[in-house]
Amino acid sequence: MSDLGDLYRELILEHSKAPRNFRQSPAATRKAEGFNPLCGDRFTVYLTIEGDSIRDISFQGSGCAISKASASMMTQAVKGKSAAQAGRLFESFHRLCTGQPHSNADAELGKLTVFSGVSEYPMRVKCATLAWHTLQAALEGKQETTTE
Amino acid sequence: MSVAAKSVSGAGFDVERARADFPILQQKVHGKPLVYLDNAATAQKPRAVIEAISRYYEGTNSNVHRGVHYLSEQATNEYEEVRRTAQKFLNAADPREIIFVRGTTEGINLVAQSFGRSNVQAGDEILITGMEHHSNIVPWQIVSDERAATLRAAPINDAGELDLEAFSKMIGPKTKLVAVTHVSNALGTVNPVRRMVEIAHSFQVPVLVDGAQAAPHMKVDVQALGCDFYTFSGHKVYGPTGIGVLYGRAALLEKMPPYQGGGDMILSVTFEKTVYNRLPYKFEAGTPHIAGVIGLGAALDYVNRLGLEQIGAHESELLRYATDTLSAIPGLRIIGTARDKASVLSFTIEDIHPHDIGTILDQQGVAIRTGHHCSQPVMQHFGVEATARASFGLYNTKEEVDTLVRAIERAREVFE
Repeated sequence: MSDLGDLYRELILEHSKAPRNFRQSPAATRKAEGFNPLCGDRFTVYLTIEGDSIRDISFQGSGCAISKASASMMTQAVKGKSAAQAGRLFESFHRLCTGQPHSNADAELGKLTVFSGVSEYPMRVKCATLAWHTLQAALEGKQETTTE
Repeated sequence: MSVAAKSVSGAGFDVERARADFPILQQKVHGKPLVYLDNAATAQKPRAVIEAISRYYEGTNSNVHRGVHYLSEQATNEYEEVRRTAQKFLNAADPREIIFVRGTTEGINLVAQSFGRSNVQAGDEILITGMEHHSNIVPWQIVSDERAATLRAAPINDAGELDLEAFSKMIGPKTKLVAVTHVSNALGTVNPVRRMVEIAHSFQVPVLVDGAQAAPHMKVDVQALGCDFYTFSGHKVYGPTGIGVLYGRAALLEKMPPYQGGGDMILSVTFEKTVYNRLPYKFEAGTPHIAGVIGLGAALDYVNRLGLEQIGAHESELLRYATDTLSAIPGLRIIGTARDKASVLSFTIEDIHPHDIGTILDQQGVAIRTGHHCSQPVMQHFGVEATARASFGLYNTKEEVDTLVRAIERAREVFE
């Protein structure tokens, strides 16, 4: 039996209760809305891009603890990164959540490895990756995305 | 630890004996005994149903209404026998009024496409309620859009009950059909269908009743209700998936055009003209889900044997017990507090998203549904994105409600 503590790690719960960069950004240069029709989770990700780098990122919306904490920690992880770097980070994060982490995942993902427990809960992978899909859509200039 | 009273209901319903009829309930999930509280999504199947389907495939399998050979005759007899079982189950006047469909969704779509498209014109109205499942909204939207008609929804109050007065006022000369759920899947509300039919009929408006959440929990009598169409799904009444029943009043069905074309629904076909078969075959194109019908028959026999009154009484007691015990949990809000409710307990817990509740409960072997329950307008009415929903079946016990409560307490600990 998988332990609930592996999924609901302290850091995840803390971020879900007090999400960082949880605000609208009217001055954002890009934004996208992500929606998981299965559970109704809905987030908007706001980006301010300068040159090729993510100068500012914030999010708003509602969802479960996993999706909200993931969005919060994502904003911290990608701030200051280039679109390409953020894309690689998402790829690495996705592999972590689906139980196929890169060998150097710890170094690549840092604190985000706290989501490794998600791989034991296949139904929750979409929760953990919703904000990332939304970020990806915003970077690609799409207005909305869904996890279906 | 709470010590629960032994689960034998007042009406002498022996729940432990009934539980033994359901092989799936014997298993463990994540190392814990399965507590299956997702009956509004689908109910588990008693051995009688599983064996009836095996028996059919092992001994009777053949196409119906066609062959002159022994097996075909046997299969046809068994298939038609279930039609009479379903007729009695709903107390329909005539077996010709029983049409086998894939489920409630197809039953509603059949009426929308056949009755709707031939009766609804530009400017007409179709009236539903604010507590319908998407399957009793979208088929009417499709017809309304196609016909430039208007789909209207009678409001519900904060208990999740229909505003009957507003409903009455929304029926008028433009109304061509009322479609209403008998029991709400998201709230558990039992609608005053008989009264609603009276009101609609006083305007000569026919009424379709979505019985998906009612048929497993109460005796349905379509003649007493007076409704014109009634539809339910086999899989929620302990039968197989992919089979259901649509009841329609013969006088209406006779006038309605076919829903699908194909084999079995015709008397003769030439390239110039097709003569449609008589009722109910006009609405059963193609080889039907024969094994499903056999399984459905076994399921109806099973609940009849246990008695729907007894099942309903047992479930009401469970619902009352669960409502009382869950209400005592701090931060827990019950969504849907109608005076007349059946089987369903929808709730939210402060600061814990329903999806997280669902995962934590699952780890303790407790299966509930979380999400919008295909009733997004209901969620909007209550200002929530989603709820957690426990729904009870004939085999659930008070001990299982206690396990549910302990599992919710565990969720609160995780999020403390």
